[in-house]
Amino acid sequence: MIPAKFDYKPAQSKEEALSLLAEYGDDAKLLAGGHSLLPLMKLRLATPEVVVDIGSVDDLSYITDKGDVIAIGALTKHRQVEQSDILKEHVPLLAHSASHVGDPQVRNRGTIGGSLCHGDPASDLPAAILATRATLVISGPSGDRTVTSDDFFTDFWETEVKEDELLTEILIPKCTGEKWGFQKFNRRAQDWAIVGCAVQGGDNPGIGMVNMGSTPVRAAEAENALRSGSSSEEVAELADSGLTPPTDIHGNESYRRHLAKILVQRALDN
Amino acid sequence: MSIVGAKVIRKEDPNLLTGRGQFVDDIQPIGTTHMAFVRSTEAHALIRNIDVTAALECEGVVGVWTAADLNLPALPGVPGLERPALATGKVRFVGEAIAVVVAESKYAAADGTELVIVDYETLEAVTSIDEATADNAPLLYEELGSNTVAEVTTADDHQAIFDGAPHTETIKLVNNRCTAAPIETNACLADYGPAGLTVWASFQAPHHLRNRISAWLGIPQDQCRVITPDVGGGFGQKINFTPEFFVAPVLSKILNRPVKYSQTRSEAMTSMYHGRAQEQEVDIAFDDNGKILALRVFASQDMGGYADGTGMGMPVLTTAMSAGCYVIPNVSIAWRNVLTNTTPIAAYRGAGRPEATYLIERAMDHISYKLDMDPTEVRRQNYIPKDSFPYQTHSELAVYDSGNFEGALDELLNIMDYEGLKEEQNANRTNPEKPLLGIGFSSWLEIAGFGPPGSLEGFGHLGSWESVQIRIQPDGSAIIYTGASPHGQGTVTTFAQIASEYLGIDFDKISVRHGDTATIPQGIGTMGSRQVAVGGEGVKNASLKIVENAKSIAAHKLEANPEDIEVTDGNLFVKGTPSKSLSWAEVATFSFQRLELPEDMDPGSLDTTILQEVPNFSFPSGAYACVIEIDKQTGDARIRDMYLVDDCGTVINPLLAEGQVHGGVAQGIAQALFEEFTYDENGQPTTATFIDYLMPGAPDLPSYKSGRINTPNPNNSLGAKGIGESGSVGTPPAVINAVVDAVRHLGVTHIDMPATPQKIWEVLQGGSK
Repeated sequence: MIPAKFDYKPAQSKEEALSLLAEYGDDAKLLAGGHSLLPLMKLRLATPEVVVDIGSVDDLSYITDKGDVIAIGALTKHRQVEQSDILKEHVPLLAHSASHVGDPQVRNRGTIGGSLCHGDPASDLPAAILATRATLVISGPSGDRTVTSDDFFTDFWETEVKEDELLTEILIPKCTGEKWGFQKFNRRAQDWAIVGCAVQGGDNPGIGMVNMGSTPVRAAEAENALRSGSSSEEVAELADSGLTPPTDIHGNESYRRHLAKILVQRALDN
Repeated sequence: MSIVGAKVIRKEDPNLLTGRGQFVDDIQPIGTTHMAFVRSTEAHALIRNIDVTAALECEGVVGVWTAADLNLPALPGVPGLERPALATGKVRFVGEAIAVVVAESKYAAADGTELVIVDYETLEAVTSIDEATADNAPLLYEELGSNTVAEVTTADDHQAIFDGAPHTETIKLVNNRCTAAPIETNACLADYGPAGLTVWASFQAPHHLRNRISAWLGIPQDQCRVITPDVGGGFGQKINFTPEFFVAPVLSKILNRPVKYSQTRSEAMTSMYHGRAQEQEVDIAFDDNGKILALRVFASQDMGGYADGTGMGMPVLTTAMSAGCYVIPNVSIAWRNVLTNTTPIAAYRGAGRPEATYLIERAMDHISYKLDMDPTEVRRQNYIPKDSFPYQTHSELAVYDSGNFEGALDELLNIMDYEGLKEEQNANRTNPEKPLLGIGFSSWLEIAGFGPPGSLEGFGHLGSWESVQIRIQPDGSAIIYTGASPHGQGTVTTFAQIASEYLGIDFDKISVRHGDTATIPQGIGTMGSRQVAVGGEGVKNASLKIVENAKSIAAHKLEANPEDIEVTDGNLFVKGTPSKSLSWAEVATFSFQRLELPEDMDPGSLDTTILQEVPNFSFPSGAYACVIEIDKQTGDARIRDMYLVDDCGTVINPLLAEGQVHGGVAQGIAQALFEEFTYDENGQPTTATFIDYLMPGAPDLPSYKSGRINTPNPNNSLGAKGIGESGSVGTPPAVINAVVDAVRHLGVTHIDMPATPQKIWEVLQGGSK
């Protein structure tokens, strides 16, 4: 619980953060809300030589209506996502998912970009991002690029964001008035989900699954069934199809497969 | 109105709540260095070599030492099984201290530990009692020839009773390994200078630690001072010896600087003593009415990697208390203590009694399953009648002082709607919209108020009394100095209440000091739910003694007879003549002035010390019920209600008594539904963080509905029995009985603790019984 020595470099702007990343390369780690990085540093599972603190880059904290999409700055705190009237109206699934992250203290510090960049398959927000088919804007030395949420999560705790890059914005198509559902199964109020799911209805429905693989994953076969108008029972039956949930101390693979089906059905029915 | 029994707000709280508490890690003498341990990453291995070269070169590191460098004696412990201060030649569990680093900062100390290279020769690990007792099992101590370090076989197994009984049942139970995980982990600060040694320690028994450190170091006790400042919880984990308390003084002497150790949570999870970890084979014989004819218990205690003296006593307490609240004519007990390559086991809140209660209360429900009888009726068939006390059990240790077990059950059924719940349970079973409902009972009894002469000596303590010194100050205020060493119990408040009651001095003019061997009379400490029943009795008796002397002084000054003096509202006055009165302040001042005193009285008579003894243990009891809801699809079990009827005799402060029960019940629910410390086959801990070790918090626990009955303790004049451990004793069987009750219609008779959703789901699938 005592971190190794590191240099601390606060960045005041996106440009300064990128320049610090360019300078220190893979010796540097970005610090936003700190809820993923700091525990890893305290356990010495992460030992960056330089911590680039982007926590006070204010111009990356916003929720804006851009017509067809809602744009969310990567440093927007979970609490702001949870309470945003814009999101409650146009992407209620995301606002609701954010309300399930940790506890109020965590939500007042943690950021949407930090959570997504950690790429934890057990986190709630990646599932919502997958379900709503968001696009992510990544800034780097040669400018901005966009990737779909499908391409964003590349491996366990790995994302498309490279060492010299910074996730800056999340663009989510409006789902105003569409059905949605979110289910999180855990033991204690603050725990990560043993299994969870985020379901977004509409013409191109999405089902993002929590803790059902080594990355945040989509329940593609269930989505297809949902798109083709199958009953909630039929959709739910496919919730684990093609997925490889882990076995760990909180639940084995077959229990997770079972939970996936139950939770997707509940998300669809409630 | 009497202040004993009043809901007085804790004296301790303003300091703690405004951040003015002082814990070991807050204390920072000039020149303090920081100590950290290199801990074993292997469960069972020979140490081939320890290379400290790189660590010595680490910036900020002052020194690095191994067992070979320090040549320390083993820690105080079980004769022949003492654990080394630093591993010597072999490690026996993951987390065992191997080497120690001292540095200028805690960061440099942590850096230094990472640079020590330990070359292990890995040995096969044994991580369970089964593995440790198997033929040709790897041995923790080759020289002992066995991993079983103590064994008591039964004198009479009552086989004839079992052979002739209408019904018998065999139950195998696992009392899951838990860790108490107090908010403050282990911490100590040793300052060994020319004037002697001072150790600040997060500990429950400062004199016990002082005496052992001084003997271990070979220095006189007068030159060895232990201070326990604010202590952030203990639950039994802080009455046993771990290396830091002994190594820090040695290094402080070597360096001639203060040495501080403040444990990280990661270390605490594997190096603070664990609790429970007991397996039981239980046989019961009973008749058609549910009357139990015989009970046979074989308790196997996992000791972990080293045999702690308290840990060795756990199955003794379990088997002594196995008969619970019931008349059981034939009881046979046997037990054994077995070493495994896991964290050592010692006392954890309840210490042996939760294990006893779990087995007998599960047995009661098994009778109800077999006979299809209501579980409350089975218990009524077997209760010890309330007019049968003192009641001699099968065990010499356990002579129950008093009790009203059926009365507690009656009160429990009074505060809950059992019939309504049973109807709801039936209706819910066929309604797919509703959860399965389970109702579980526990009629529990525990042994507390440790204790009568000899009881704590058996665990290595100097005595079983508690010390109380009351000193009336010249202004009539009072200071109580006690060997009790509270760390969350509220003893400062309860002792002040008792003193106020019997001294007639205002509660706000009474302070309670504890936790410093330089100023407090030799004491024992806080453990075994003893402070009100033993120390509190001492406060009363010391108060009465002081009042007697105060009356003599007042009578002398007021020219009256001492027996005519009364004490009310801070004044001493002549009965019937309130105008002839002296304030406590006046009497207190006179007590220091020779010329104001009666001829036969010396100055200083309002200062008295008592080592309070009690003739017997106390036996708090009660009846709990748990109402649980189980999600039919996921197996998730959520407690809807806990109904709690406690009988701890006289209650000094209902607020604190309730708080003790709430905390204990929380830990009981934790054991039953959430917590289990586990290892993989190589002895690597798999639950060493709070992500994996599911200690519940307030949002995860229900509100509690409390009732109370009062059967006074006949062995002290307060009538108090103690309540510190009750909740953790009575709760686990109530919860598991409720879980099983919820799925009884499927033929299920048992689910092991912790009853996780996956386990329950598997049962719902018909996967196991």
